[in-house]
Amino acid sequence: MANNSFLTSGLRSRQVGASRAFVWGWFLCIVPFLISGCHSVADKGREEAFSEDLLIRPLSDGKVLNHFYFKNYLHTLGSAAHNHVFPKAISQLVRKFHISELELSFTQGRWNYERWGALDPVGSSNAKPSGVELWAEFDVPSDQVDPTWRNLTHALSGLFCASINFLESPAVVAAPSLVFGSRINKGASKEGHTANVRKSGVVRYGALPREAVCTENLTPWLKLLPCRDKAGIATLLDRPSVYKGYYHSLRVHVGRSQPGGAVILEQTLTLVLQPAQLRERGSKELPNWSLTSLFARKLEGRCPLAKSSHVLLELERPLVLSVERLAASKSEPAELSDEKSQQGRRNDKGRQVDVADNPAFHMSPYPDRVFVESQGSGDISQASSLMLDYDLQNHSSARPLNLAMLWKERVYWSSLRGPFRVSRFLIGSGNEKGSLAIELKRNFDLPVQDEVVAANDVEVTIFQVVAWYVRLYLHTLTARVDGNQVPLQNIITQMLVTPAEDRLSPAVLEVKLKLPRNVSIMSLTMDFDKGFLHIDEHPPDANRGFDLPSAYLNFPTSQTRRRYVDLPSSLEQEYPLLQKLNEAGSVHVYTDNLLVPLATPDFSMPYNVITFTCTVLALYFGSLLNTLRRRIGEEERLAKRASGGKLKESISRFMEGKSATQKKLIKVSGVILIAGIAVAFNYALEYYQVL
Amino acid sequence: MGKLMVWVGVAVAVTVRFVFAAMGAQERLGRRVEIVTPVTSLKRLAEGQWFKQLGLSPYAGSAYHGSPLLLALLGPMTTVGTGGQTSSRFHSSLIVFVIADLLGALLLLKMGNLVESANVYYLGKLLPDSKKSKPSVKTQVNDIRGHGKLGLGEVAALLYLVNPFTVAVCVGGTTSPVENVLVLLALYGALKGNSPLAAFGWAMSTHLSMYPAVLLIPISILMVAGPDKPQRKLFDHVNKIKTSNPKLKEKKMVGTTSTVQLQWARYRDFLLFSALWWIAILGLSAAALGGYEHLKEMLIETYGFILHVEDLSPNLGLFWYFFTEVFTHFRDFFIMVFHANILFVLVPLTIRLHHRPLFLAYVMVAITTMLKSYPSIGDAAISLGLLGLCTPELADFRFSFFVLNGYLVVAILSPSMYNLWIWRGTGNANFYFAMSLVYACVQSILIVESVGTVIRYDRNLDRLSKLPVQVDSGAQPKED
Repeated sequence: MANNSFLTSGLRSRQVGASRAFVWGWFLCIVPFLISGCHSVADKGREEAFSEDLLIRPLSDGKVLNHFYFKNYLHTLGSAAHNHVFPKAISQLVRKFHISELELSFTQGRWNYERWGALDPVGSSNAKPSGVELWAEFDVPSDQVDPTWRNLTHALSGLFCASINFLESPAVVAAPSLVFGSRINKGASKEGHTANVRKSGVVRYGALPREAVCTENLTPWLKLLPCRDKAGIATLLDRPSVYKGYYHSLRVHVGRSQPGGAVILEQTLTLVLQPAQLRERGSKELPNWSLTSLFARKLEGRCPLAKSSHVLLELERPLVLSVERLAASKSEPAELSDEKSQQGRRNDKGRQVDVADNPAFHMSPYPDRVFVESQGSGDISQASSLMLDYDLQNHSSARPLNLAMLWKERVYWSSLRGPFRVSRFLIGSGNEKGSLAIELKRNFDLPVQDEVVAANDVEVTIFQVVAWYVRLYLHTLTARVDGNQVPLQNIITQMLVTPAEDRLSPAVLEVKLKLPRNVSIMSLTMDFDKGFLHIDEHPPDANRGFDLPSAYLNFPTSQTRRRYVDLPSSLEQEYPLLQKLNEAGSVHVYTDNLLVPLATPDFSMPYNVITFTCTVLALYFGSLLNTLRRRIGEEERLAKRASGGKLKESISRFMEGKSATQKKLIKVSGVILIAGIAVAFNYALEYYQVL
Repeated sequence: MGKLMVWVGVAVAVTVRFVFAAMGAQERLGRRVEIVTPVTSLKRLAEGQWFKQLGLSPYAGSAYHGSPLLLALLGPMTTVGTGGQTSSRFHSSLIVFVIADLLGALLLLKMGNLVESANVYYLGKLLPDSKKSKPSVKTQVNDIRGHGKLGLGEVAALLYLVNPFTVAVCVGGTTSPVENVLVLLALYGALKGNSPLAAFGWAMSTHLSMYPAVLLIPISILMVAGPDKPQRKLFDHVNKIKTSNPKLKEKKMVGTTSTVQLQWARYRDFLLFSALWWIAILGLSAAALGGYEHLKEMLIETYGFILHVEDLSPNLGLFWYFFTEVFTHFRDFFIMVFHANILFVLVPLTIRLHHRPLFLAYVMVAITTMLKSYPSIGDAAISLGLLGLCTPELADFRFSFFVLNGYLVVAILSPSMYNLWIWRGTGNANFYFAMSLVYACVQSILIVESVGTVIRYDRNLDRLSKLPVQVDSGAQPKED
């Protein structure tokens, strides 16, 4: 016993010695790492950048557009899983699923392209279809794309508390090749009509038009911001104000500066709000607004982690023009030049209008800086849009920013509309068939800078996903230009078709059109038959119908780029939103979702149908067999004499001369034998099933 | 007289077809679910042709489910003009369908003539000479011989040509007329003893619509044993009497060893030619699809589509609503049961009706018409055409009024029920389902009663053939 205890204590002392040595060794080993770690943290601080911006734009119908723009930059996507400001959830997502580009949007409401504009970068890239839209481009071999997409939908579904996992089903996922992603056109540069059978490429697209968007999606989105909604611009996001808006679109865009390069996360929230004064219909009130009236909050400084934090107020070109006209009609130009402040004034061929206080409106407070859009053509007869800048660095809780715009007079102007007004609709009634039409109507009030474009042909790319139960007849695709049917090859330069497979994949139609410059109306129609679904395939509210996701149109010839002359290149880093607006982009338009009602079966009577049908079958089968085997009179007698056959005879011979008990025994043993065979057969079946 | 009637009938039938087509009936009839099924739709064929022109498989897009050979024949006619626009009013494929219908009527005419001469021959052998018989027996014998102004073939051909179902299917733009004429071709070839023709018709129609595969049994019997005739034992009985009476001794009955050998040789030829035609069909299909590796896709998209009932759009059959409603985990079981319903009755029917192969063929066609996964009235058209060939045997049909009215009721009510459900929205799916149940009931009554009538006819023949030539008064056997 004593020996034992001595032995154990000896062991213990040796263990202690070893562990001490281990701790020292570990410490020594870890020091260089710690140092390098500190170093890398310092590096990380430099290579991560976060900025927040808010763009406010008064809209022509009195509403106010608020565009929140949060940009997060991560220089290297290292294996070390620690970031300072960049959200870990996103960096893990990018690393795990090899995402080269991803865009997810949650939208409620409908973007009014006619009144809120389409020919500007904000409207064209943030107007999204109602519901959820997700597309992603992967950096994986093409056979890995579909499994990766499936996993991604589940991950995003958990991250944003939405049913994005429904996009897992291949019956709703498309593989576009003419739109979305960076590798557009690479695989499909061949002109003419081509068609894919299978999903190819590395881009996947899916939309859930019926998804309801609410705070449960906004909260996880805010969680990705370093300051959440506790500081900075995001504090404005008062839930009741956000969800009482006419349109709100929550967007997450993840991109890489180059393949394998820096990860850029852009989070935007686009809100269209109605100033409180205008809410009553028909009121003569001017659309005055302030941050407090829109959001019931004031801006009390910036997010401390943000590199830059700006509130920008955009005055559109037509608005500036109207204000200038108003100012010119109201007073003499000489008086205008006597305005008190020289700062923030734009000088344009002698006409001078104070941006903050003019006959049309009064801005408070005064902007810190004003940017003027540069006109590419150098035409100075046209007004340029203005960007009023408020730097949040100058504001704090003691000096909050409550931006307010007070109109002195109702000014009318029209927003910059896209080259075409796009609508998509169903033709026909009833639940049997119909036609799907996409109509483009020319907007003739094109601004001057597009006159050059208008002189040439207009290019349009249409991307459309149609679920399989709307059975498109693609051979009925008809194009009409100004009411006259034209051959497809005259206007279609490229067409990519992925035909639908029942219950497996949707029909995807990608069409590149080239329209002559004088076209005023162009329409594409195709016939479809409505499919009939199994009762389990109908959604709970089947009679409401099925939503067809929006069609997406791109006008590559209409550029939406905005360049501001007063923006020195040294300041570009300071204004990521202006940088974004300066990026080349074209007009994107989404059509509305379509509701397709399908014929429904009676959901309440599967049992009745089964019994009725089986009764008819039994009736037929039974009466036919009965007719076939019935004999009458003499035939019966003949049959009886002939029947029995050898088996019956041998059995009766076998039974002859046996006693009653023996006969009974034979019968019982026969029954037992049959039961035994049945049981054995059953076991054998189960055994095979287990195998 | 008969000839004039036939020509008038043909003229009327052709005029009606073209007048309807010129009135734009194709647009209206071509979307009626009773006429067009997913398998026979011309619009789906045009879609397949469009994909084919794009260099894709014609089966892409789950649109076309027919044969690539039919697509090669009809496809070019569906794309008139540029941009795949079909001419709206007058389909050039209508000509093909009218020709198919006329050919079908011609085949029925020829078959009817053959069957009629066979009937005359066998009944002459079997029945007592009416001149010597008592008046009561005389009328019975005359009844069974039949005495119409029109020949059997003319009746059958006219029934087929001017049947509204045939007209609707032809004008509506479906591929059923082509399928039907191939079935008739197979039966005609078998009846005539022309092995290559029978083999072609059988292989081709099976390739197009699968169900004519069951016609192998009646075609085989036709090849080996010749056209419909009374049961063999009756001849045995008559022969016994005749051999016992040396005065009545005649030359040998049909079915001597030499003819039997000849017939078996024909049957062997039929099997050989069937194999050849199948090889040719598969080879040509592979060529049309661009490679043998596409044959599997073809089988899945044609036979697989028919067997697996993927399309649940309404039609006059029993399948669509049942498989819309049935629980998913029972689906496979019920699909097997429904298809087995066709196969289960084949053996009993063959055993009982083996001496009447043409009638057997009619019953089988009628059963497939009823139990098809995508039936249309085009199938009813051919089964009614074949029914025309069996009119002498079916003279005693009992529920003809009921069955005729059943067809009328379905023809009138099923479009209205469909309208209520699909277009007005005031009815629901059960309305139309009720119509398909009624149609199934009417057809099953027609099938069961015609089988029963033929069995009764044979029984009657048996009784009459056993009557003594010179009859004592009241020696008539009792009938149960």
